[in-house]
Amino acid sequence: MDVLDRACIKVCPVDCIYEGGRMMYVNVDECIDCGACEPACPAEAIYFEEDLPEELRAFSDATRDFFTGLGSPGGARKLGKQSHDAGPAASRNA
Amino acid sequence: MTRFRIAIIGAGPAGFYAAEHLLASSRTVDVDMYDRLPTPWGLVRAGVAPDHPKIKSVSDQFAEIAAHPRYRFFGNVEIGRTVDRGALLARYDAVLYAVGARAERLLGVEGEDLAGSLGASDFVAWYNGHPDLAGLEPDLSGTHAVVVGNGNVALDVARILLLPQHILERTDMADHALAALARSTIRHVTILGRRGAAQAAFTTSELREIVGIDDLSVTIQSDDLVAPADLSPMELRRVQRNLAVLEQARGAARAGSQRSLAFRFLRAPTAIRGDGRVQEVEVGVNRLEPGEPGVRAVDTGTRETLPADLVIRAVGYRGCALPGVPFDETSGTIPHLAGAVLSGEREFVAGWIKRGPSGIIGTNRACAVETAETLLASLSPTGPRAVPARAIEDWLAGSCPDHIDDSGWSCIDRHERSMGQACARPRVKLVTVQDMVAAARRQGVGTAPHSGPPGP
Repeated sequence: MDVLDRACIKVCPVDCIYEGGRMMYVNVDECIDCGACEPACPAEAIYFEEDLPEELRAFSDATRDFFTGLGSPGGARKLGKQSHDAGPAASRNA
Repeated sequence: MTRFRIAIIGAGPAGFYAAEHLLASSRTVDVDMYDRLPTPWGLVRAGVAPDHPKIKSVSDQFAEIAAHPRYRFFGNVEIGRTVDRGALLARYDAVLYAVGARAERLLGVEGEDLAGSLGASDFVAWYNGHPDLAGLEPDLSGTHAVVVGNGNVALDVARILLLPQHILERTDMADHALAALARSTIRHVTILGRRGAAQAAFTTSELREIVGIDDLSVTIQSDDLVAPADLSPMELRRVQRNLAVLEQARGAARAGSQRSLAFRFLRAPTAIRGDGRVQEVEVGVNRLEPGEPGVRAVDTGTRETLPADLVIRAVGYRGCALPGVPFDETSGTIPHLAGAVLSGEREFVAGWIKRGPSGIIGTNRACAVETAETLLASLSPTGPRAVPARAIEDWLAGSCPDHIDDSGWSCIDRHERSMGQACARPRVKLVTVQDMVAAARRQGVGTAPHSGPPGP
């Protein structure tokens, strides 16, 4: 959150990592679980769902909530940066 | 407006990501993509394991790139055989090689060439229906297989040998491989790694998958499952996760299973022996010493013997030289600077033939983008001019009459998918160039609308 390094976008083979206002969101419906983004992230902010530490659970819900209304846009570059956020990043005091 | 035309050689991931970036450029670039096979998608079709449909679905991205009006596909055209480099350079503003690494690295041990000892690249191409290897007919009539190597390809090969048939039957695995694996009596697979568990290149998801196979007994022979202290934080995370998966699998070893998988670390084959065919593998026990980078395996001189009816070497792929193109024999790659071939003539390189055979599909995106940027910056409005689109079609019609264009590939694709639909599989692959060319010519095959759900 609040880093937006974007290195992950460059290696995603299906362009499924979308940019919100304060963080990046992986679209789990479009993701093919290849794992390319995980070592690319300098902030170590990407996890396979089964490895997500309990204290970060809220971010798992956030990646779903972020796409409410967007669905599966089929490519982050086509869609462009979004101004909204979901989960902890949408909370004013986060 | 100046319009440029680029030839991309190789229709795999690196080629498609380069094409995507070139086509998205503010300069007007046409892309003609060539492949030596009638079918595109490279290792996504012929390398990615058939039981990984989600990874294979990356081909939807490639199909989307291929739908671009300035993209054309010319399959069944091999550079150096049907068409030479000079002929391409004479017709295009630039040529980008994304041919991958089709050869295998060898172990360099006695008996490597015995019957029953195969390269993983051949075995993988066989079960995926690559026309070059469709006739491999590996002998799966024994009980013990030894897979050499600690990367994802080793895990793919071991998993394919161990998976129950009902899982394979739902995939697009080549029919000849499905039939052979149904008859296979291989029940015990040993995976050898010359270094320790912490040095294994497996990704955690592949490791979880194989140890999670139903009714499989897993044993792990390793002195310790402790991550070294000198890893980068990112590497450390992957290694710790891998070790945790192995630790858990070791703890949960099941008794009484029909099939078994053994991980043996710090073990490298020193000889493959047998009377006319593989019977056993002599294994050297290694220890680790500090090396550059990380640690290296050193032979302790101790030997062990493993029974083996089948040996599959999965110690890496290797690039092959293209006639007339500079090549570094040591690394098996084309020497380049940011993707521009060194001492090349308007030639560029991307993917495995550029950086060596490592990384996953997505790694090729950043790699190909770098090359495409270099290529775009090199295009000069006053430089060589490509010949018109039509002239290239005429030239190919004369020089390779059996080439497959986009509509030909669409026919093959529809044909395979409709065959698959009839048996609840993603596709049934055609496995000979002859059948592919025939399907491409039978316009309309497989396009008949289905009147209802597939029958029983």
